Amino acid sequence: MTEFGDFAIAALICLGAFFLFVGSFGLAKLPDLMRRLHGPTKATTLGIGSMLIASMLYFMLKHDMVAIQELLITTFLFLTAPVTALMVAKTHILRDKKSRKKLPPTGRDIGWAVIDGPETED
Amino acid sequence: MIEIASMIGFGAIGVAMLLSLYRLLVGPDMATRVLALDTLTINAIALVVLVGIYFGNEIYFEVALLFAMVGFLTTVAYCKYMLRGNVME
Repeated sequence: MTEFGDFAIAALICLGAFFLFVGSFGLAKLPDLMRRLHGPTKATTLGIGSMLIASMLYFMLKHDMVAIQELLITTFLFLTAPVTALMVAKTHILRDKKSRKKLPPTGRDIGWAVIDGPETED
Repeated sequence: MIEIASMIGFGAIGVAMLLSLYRLLVGPDMATRVLALDTLTINAIALVVLVGIYFGNEIYFEVALLFAMVGFLTTVAYCKYMLRGNVME
C-alpha cells in the first residue's frame, strides 16, 4: 500500500512538472499573445492541480493529517485563472491597434466589445 | 522514489521559470510581459509546494496561498492600469 502510494505521488509530481514546463515552453515559443495565452492556462490547471494532489496524498499517507490549505489553493487558483486570462486578453484587444482594421462588421448598431463601449438600454 | 521525482520536478520548474523570465524580458508588448509575470508566479507556487513535499513541512502552504493571492491581485492591477489608466476609480 505504501509502495503504491509512493509511486502515485512520484508520478503526480512528474506529471505536474511536465505540464508546468510545457506551459512555459509554449509561452516562450508561440508567436503572438492570443496564442501565447494557451500555454499558461494548462500550466495552471493541470500542473498546479497535479502538484497539489500529490502534496495532499503525501501529507495524508506519511503524516496522517488532512490538509485543508491545498484545497484552498486549488479553489482559489481555479477561480482566478479565467479572470486573469480574460483581463490579459482584453488588454491586448484594447492596445493592439494594427489588427483592429481587419475585424469584420458586427451587423448591428454597436461595434465590437471592449473597443466600443457597452450596449445601453435607451 | 519521491526524492528522485522531486529532483526531476525542481529541474523542470527551474527551466520553466527561466523560459517565462525570457518572455518577461524580451516580450514585445506590455500584455505579454504581464502574462509572463503571471506564469512566473504560477511556477513559483508550484516550486513552493514541491519544496513543502521535499522537506515534509506543512508550513510552506501558507506561503503558496499568499503567493496565489498576491499574484492574482498584481496581474489584475496591471491589466486594470493598462485598460483604464488608473487602478482605483
